[in-house]
Amino acid sequence: MRRNIFNGSLVLTAVAVVAFCSFSWAQMTEFDENQRLGMESHIGKLTGHASAAAGSYRRYCVGCHGVLGDGEGENAQWLDPKPRNFTLGIFKCRSTTTGTLPQDSDLYDTIGRGLDSSNMPSWNPLSAQQRADLVAYVKHFSARWVSEKPGTPIEIPPKPEVTADRIKAGQAVFQKVECWKCHGETGRGNGPSAATLTDDQNRPIQPFNFHDNNRFKCGTSDEDLYRIFMTGLDGTPMPSWSDNIKPDEAWDLVFYLRTLQPMKSKEKEIARQIGLKPGATSAAPAAPAQQ
Amino acid sequence: MPLQPRLPSNDVVIERSEEEREKKMRVRYQVAGMFSILLLLAIGLLSPTSSVSAAADGKITGTVKLDGAAPHMKGIDMSKDPYCVKQHENNPAHLENVVVGAGGGLENVVLYISEGLSGPEASQTPTQVPVFDQKNCMYTPHVLAMDVNQKFKVVTSDQTTHNIHPLPNPLAGNIPWNKSQPPGAPPIETSWKTEEVAIPVKCNIHPWMHGYFVVVKGPYATTDDKGSYTIENVPPGSYTVTAWHEEYGKQTAKVTVAAGKPGAADFTFKAK
Repeated sequence: MRRNIFNGSLVLTAVAVVAFCSFSWAQMTEFDENQRLGMESHIGKLTGHASAAAGSYRRYCVGCHGVLGDGEGENAQWLDPKPRNFTLGIFKCRSTTTGTLPQDSDLYDTIGRGLDSSNMPSWNPLSAQQRADLVAYVKHFSARWVSEKPGTPIEIPPKPEVTADRIKAGQAVFQKVECWKCHGETGRGNGPSAATLTDDQNRPIQPFNFHDNNRFKCGTSDEDLYRIFMTGLDGTPMPSWSDNIKPDEAWDLVFYLRTLQPMKSKEKEIARQIGLKPGATSAAPAAPAQQ
Repeated sequence: MPLQPRLPSNDVVIERSEEEREKKMRVRYQVAGMFSILLLLAIGLLSPTSSVSAAADGKITGTVKLDGAAPHMKGIDMSKDPYCVKQHENNPAHLENVVVGAGGGLENVVLYISEGLSGPEASQTPTQVPVFDQKNCMYTPHVLAMDVNQKFKVVTSDQTTHNIHPLPNPLAGNIPWNKSQPPGAPPIETSWKTEEVAIPVKCNIHPWMHGYFVVVKGPYATTDDKGSYTIENVPPGSYTVTAWHEEYGKQTAKVTVAAGKPGAADFTFKAK
């Protein structure tokens, strides 16, 4: 009898301890979650609130990006490229330098634009407020947004006038900094290193083929193109070039890359007039085999 | 010395205290003298020790060996980049995952103090700037150790473009980045903000280029081609030293560093 009571009290104590522990644990996670749900985003005059986006996230995003925002949604296994893992706080499309968090407006633009040649569609049908709220919700998945500030956007000087000389200079930059190692001699995405490229998760990834189209992953304007190679695409093999390409040269490179696209462009027209062929020029040293 | 009672009347006390005071003073002088002698003795005895901990010039030395046959290190096909091929015309390049020197000494093992370090030695950041060079399409050194927040430099000696792409775990605190270094590019000077053993670093353009940054807190050392190492600036005390190798993982050993007597720890990794 006594023994029974003793046993019973032991069990009771154990239950109490377990209950207390799980309760305090639950409280802790709840606290964390609540704290991060207070995350805001600021895009121009818009202010997004993570707490307001839970509904839209569950409806539009969760299938691929997952409940935890780790890119492990139920559709993820069928997708290539894989959905972004928001918990890492690493994003391809940034106006900020490599290794820093993007600006809220960068995430806002990505949601609105979508990512070409991936399964991420444009979410422009959602209202601006909904998209701003989703930006805050995307941020709430990573503690980095609590401990770090977004990087400073790189400066993009006003676009100069396109000239034949600038296009030729851009071609020389393409040769000099060796874009062709991945993107190929003529920009077809078939450079000597193209076949072995992998992203940060060790999954195969292809360099952009400039002859395919002009829908770059992070925007289609000349400024977007400038930003893409200067900041690099974090999480991919594309490095940042802002330390090694001067702003003037960067615009030259933009103009040259515009001559490669299949769509009409002013640059393409000029290239046709001067008979510019993509690839190594006599002005710049021939690409491989040279030391 | 009799205990002086608290007396209600003042005039009696005055007379007695004259004598008492003199006696007391004498005793005090004696005590003070004895104290100062003791103090001097203590300083004399302690001074060599204290100067060691101030300069922290204690050491931990030893060797790291590989037990068994070293695995075959494959040759590297650099034909993607003719420049790289040319650099290795006379000395074919091999992978550097396991580099074993004379007598089984294991190179590129990082040794650091994983337990027992406290005070200024743990928080002090060394001022020297280690250099990670991209030379002949290989990383020199293959493994670069550094302290938390210690500045280090990434330079290129090659006439071909590299991209330098460290891949730390962003959830643990260090953030990955990816920068280009065409020929003649200026050095990249940066640091890591938290401990991480180890951060893989690669070049996407030359997929064989693979190395490590090892970020530790406090003094560290890397083994040379004979497998020997010396961790400098270790104050006297008892420590746990960890040896890390990219293929064979970690081993630990307890080490005691005494004043003027370096600690010693040898490690042996078993070949797989």
